[in-house]
Amino acid sequence: MTLPIFIIIPLAAAFLISLVGRKKDFWGPLLAIAATVAVFVLSLITFFRLGTGIRVYEMGGWKLPYGIALVLDPFGAFMLIIVALISLTSLLFSVSYIRHLGSDWKYYALFMILVSGMNGVLITGDLFNLFVFTEIALFAAFGLVAYGGRAHEFEAAFKYAVMASVSSSLILLAIAVVYSATSTLTMAHISVAMAGVGPGLKIWIGALFLAGYGLKAAIMPFHAWLPDAHSSAPAPISSMLSGVLIKTLGVYVLVRIFYNILGAPQVFLTAFMILGTLSIVLGVILAIGQWDFKRLLAYSSISQVGYIFLGIGLNSTLGIAGALFHLLNHALFKSLLFYNAGALEMGLGTRDLRKMGNITRLLPITAHSSMAASLAISGIPPFNGFFSKLLIIIAAVQAHQPVYALLAVIGSLLTLATFMKVQRYGIRGENPVERLQSQPGWGMQAAMIILAVLCILTSLLIVPGIKESVLDPVVAAVMDKTGYAAAVLGGR
Amino acid sequence: MIIYLLCFALFLIGLYGMIVKRDLIKIILASGIMGYAVNLMIVLFGYRRGAVYPILEKGKEAAIMVDPLPQALVLTSIVIELGTTAMLVALAIRLFNKYKTFDITEIRRLRG
Repeated sequence: MTLPIFIIIPLAAAFLISLVGRKKDFWGPLLAIAATVAVFVLSLITFFRLGTGIRVYEMGGWKLPYGIALVLDPFGAFMLIIVALISLTSLLFSVSYIRHLGSDWKYYALFMILVSGMNGVLITGDLFNLFVFTEIALFAAFGLVAYGGRAHEFEAAFKYAVMASVSSSLILLAIAVVYSATSTLTMAHISVAMAGVGPGLKIWIGALFLAGYGLKAAIMPFHAWLPDAHSSAPAPISSMLSGVLIKTLGVYVLVRIFYNILGAPQVFLTAFMILGTLSIVLGVILAIGQWDFKRLLAYSSISQVGYIFLGIGLNSTLGIAGALFHLLNHALFKSLLFYNAGALEMGLGTRDLRKMGNITRLLPITAHSSMAASLAISGIPPFNGFFSKLLIIIAAVQAHQPVYALLAVIGSLLTLATFMKVQRYGIRGENPVERLQSQPGWGMQAAMIILAVLCILTSLLIVPGIKESVLDPVVAAVMDKTGYAAAVLGGR
Repeated sequence: MIIYLLCFALFLIGLYGMIVKRDLIKIILASGIMGYAVNLMIVLFGYRRGAVYPILEKGKEAAIMVDPLPQALVLTSIVIELGTTAMLVALAIRLFNKYKTFDITEIRRLRG
């Protein structure tokens, strides 16, 4: 099976939707869901057939020093599964949610372009190609954030677009510096050539990439755009942005660059740990003061992404395992919470926690699934969030970083407090709400149930037999560092 | 070396404009300046003094040539920037329709 199919399927769906979708309403969701199911199944098959290997595809048959290569390793395949899974549930949710926002086909076409941009980022082996796919995904994201057409949505989209254009300029500058230092843009070749680059220039390159992709990942000093963009978008798009976009464009690319290309230099790992811990604590402190449900979730995303960065900065097998496991878990429970917020907004017409109430009776599925997600995000034992945070904290202690471990525990406790607030005032609030403005459709309920079940099921990834076959190859691919280059160049 | 520093100064001017200016249109222009600075930098990295264009013609000796790859990158990046600018302008127009102003201090429905 060839790799470009992961880009071609969603991109073709986007074009088909814009051709036939405007004639009949049902073509948009139908084509989008069919394409996403196909990508999901293919990514699952690819992940398990890949094992610990790596797959290289040379576009147009041009051999590697000259052409552009697509590269899929276990880490990329793992991310592909997450993207496809969250897109699939988001589309299911959209089917009944988006109808009240008007013209369907534009939404689905943009959605598929977003998916193809993210898939492209995940399977490309070329630095400039990575930049182009990042832009494709971001363009679709601007459009989707502004999709509702209300004043504050345009404001959020404008802020997002300005921040993204700053970060894109920084990234392009970094790519230019890399090219002038190594005379190549293929990541594997850069990784080899980096050995001959002076330490001063390495710091420059790293700092530019950290600022550029840090802006996209919204780690703490670069987070200002996230709460606006993620809370103003329609609910399924918020879950795409918070659940997978900041992870593919931010975390994945940073790990790829700093581990597989630059070979994990200590100064940047320390920066990851400091920024990560800062995000954990400040993000959750900002979250706890919010009454707007979606804004609270957006701030909590900053805090949870902090855990991922802390795990990455530790540079140990356990830390990376925790970080990648938390990446999967955060995609699941944060998407679920955004679906809950969407269902509540549709049912009650408000996002203000103080105006909610009587939800366990009116919207039982939303109430129960939000309970599961709240427990998961706060790290309560049978749920997945507990195990990933535990791995990260144990790894921090093992790496002799007790301060970071302590701050991570404090962050987790504050997260628990935040979501107790959501449950106490929002879901189990005392407002006498008698009837709903509109009932959630079957698609919304299905999406919430699927993710709530997965919140428990993914805990199994920590069980020894399963961990070896799923999580370990991914961790090995990251920890292999510059072995990535050898695998790409040797696997030809 | 001085030419790279000047280029970087242009980049910083763009960054300054984006952070400090209060007018939507000026922010968009600043983002354009930043983009130009980066494009210029990429082209400069491919420049060789006294080199020829990288096409081998009949009856011409092979000589030192400029690196053609940065020029291809710049073309792509210009197209992307065009898209970004168009997107920003479109959003600015819609914002103006809603708020009747380009001043970002008055466009503040999102806080916190």
